[in-house]
Amino acid sequence: MNGSNNSMCVKAGGLEEKNILHIQDVYKIYGNKVVLDNVDLSVARGEFCTVVGPSGCGKSTLLRLILGQERPTKGGLFIDGCPAESAGRDRGIVYQKYSLFPHLTVLENVLLGKKLCAGIVERFRKHKTFEEEAMHFLEKVQLREHYKKYPHELSGGMQQRVAIAQAVIMNPSILLMDEPFGALDPGTRESMQVFILEIWEKTKMTIFFVTHDLEEACYLGTRIVALSQFYSDGRKNNGNKGAKIVADYPLPRKATSTMVKAQASFGELIQKIRQEGFDPKHLQHVTEFNLKHDDSFQTLTPEEAQR
Amino acid sequence: MGLNWFLLALPFIILTAAYLFASHMRLADNPDDKLLPPVSKMVQAIKQYAWTGDRTNGEQLMVQDTLSSLRRLVIGVGSAAIFGLLAGLNIGLFPGFKALGNSFVKFLSIIPPLAILPILFIVFGVGEVGKVMLIFLGTVFLIARDITLTVESFPREQTIKALTLGASGTQTAYQIILPQVMPRLINTVRLSLGPAWLFLIASEAIASTDGLGYRIFLVRRYLSMDLIIPLVFWITFLGFSMDLLLRKFAERKYPWYVKSGG
Ligand SMILES: Nc1ncnc2c1ncn2[C@@H]1O[C@H](COP(=O)(O)OP(=O)(O)OP(=O)(O)O)[C@@H](O)[C@H]1O
Ligand SMILES: [Mg+2]
Repeated sequence: MNGSNNSMCVKAGGLEEKNILHIQDVYKIYGNKVVLDNVDLSVARGEFCTVVGPSGCGKSTLLRLILGQERPTKGGLFIDGCPAESAGRDRGIVYQKYSLFPHLTVLENVLLGKKLCAGIVERFRKHKTFEEEAMHFLEKVQLREHYKKYPHELSGGMQQRVAIAQAVIMNPSILLMDEPFGALDPGTRESMQVFILEIWEKTKMTIFFVTHDLEEACYLGTRIVALSQFYSDGRKNNGNKGAKIVADYPLPRKATSTMVKAQASFGELIQKIRQEGFDPKHLQHVTEFNLKHDDSFQTLTPEEAQR
Repeated sequence: MGLNWFLLALPFIILTAAYLFASHMRLADNPDDKLLPPVSKMVQAIKQYAWTGDRTNGEQLMVQDTLSSLRRLVIGVGSAAIFGLLAGLNIGLFPGFKALGNSFVKFLSIIPPLAILPILFIVFGVGEVGKVMLIFLGTVFLIARDITLTVESFPREQTIKALTLGASGTQTAYQIILPQVMPRLINTVRLSLGPAWLFLIASEAIASTDGLGYRIFLVRRYLSMDLIIPLVFWITFLGFSMDLLLRKFAERKYPWYVKSGG
């Protein structure tokens, strides 16, 4: 829906045009509670960007803004250079739950997007093609033989695999995921992590992945972003301040083996981000954040930047 | 299992036994007693009602009464279900419709339908339309309210998800939400059948020339308990069957509903 509205799209040749997702000066305020406080983030095409942060810091809020489920109080969000307004098919979403439609079978759930986007005539003419494509995706998520089942007949991990197939078949510009594996047991969770990496490597899709699990974030991402309200700045009324991006690191893309989780450097990075993002007593000044990723940028107000 | 069945049947057995005993005692006192007729008399009365037919035109009264009543009931409740579904769906989903219709429907649902029966008979006449309208008005607002609440209780994630799959607002309403509301609608209709029978019998009692309600109130004049009691059972049986039918239909058609926590 937004993609077609080209007159609104950014034309300047900066990050906002180059990158698939561009967020600048974004504030989200509920009543008088500031949740997101001048957030800036630019994510390149093909990146697997993971977002971590303490519980309630506003990760899901940020994701909802990108999705178009809610509007920012102030600031701009751009997908492919176009303002991210109401939700549309350029953005896919996998929630922790409620991603699948309970009244549709596995196959119908995966097929749904294809059908909705087709005209009535096309829907009948291409029925077979669509179905084959959907079965192909079910094959990818190893659920081919379960195509006739309803979501309630599947385990949590299977449900999330269907939800991923349902979103990926639409080939969105960016796939948003909000703690998709949060409700799964550790074993299933690990196999789902390997699985999503395989999907990402095959499709080279841009993924924006919210989790509160640091290890998961470091293992999956090519870039990790920490959102947190634990920082200090130059503003006088410090009582009601929202979360900012306090750390932003590129991650080396290694083999998909889960063995890397045992490596020392892996643990060190986790410790570092835990301190920078999750420790209420570790208050870095806004001008001293570790924003190490090439695409990261900061638009501080003069007041914030004061020491 | 056996004990369950026994407990299930026990109240019925006690009631029947009590009736038979009381009836026997009264008839022993006065063989012409009409209040608690013996079973044999009831069977005879219902046989005559079912098979002998009307003296004047030879129609089978029981079949005709039943069909007339069921027709009114089905048209009334059926149209209430359709209107209630559409109204509830749109009010629940679209803020504009909500502003327009929500308080109005709430207000209308409080009006006691029987109180406006005279108005209906004046406006629509004492024919079929008045009676069907009473059933319709008596059930449609509650159905609409219930569907609105159901739609509002769906997680917003579902609508957003549908939009990300390329659905338009109308498609979301009619292809995503509507099918999920259907089993709930059937349950609401099942609950509405009770009031619907009430309105049917009331309107037939007041102004009608056929129907089960009409028949009961007609034979009441002759204190014909021997026909009234079987008729009550017949109506109960019809209500029970409709309920069972709807339930079985919903279970078959919407297997995901109960199991996914609907
Ligand atoms: N609609 C809303 N109205 C008012 N406050 C809200 C609303 N949505 C979120 N909040 C508040 O915004 C803050 C951030 O919520 P959010 O769900 O984004 O956190 P989160 O980082 O995703 O947390 P978690 O890790 O627990 O999922 C919370 O304090 C929450 O109470
Ligand atoms: Mg969250």
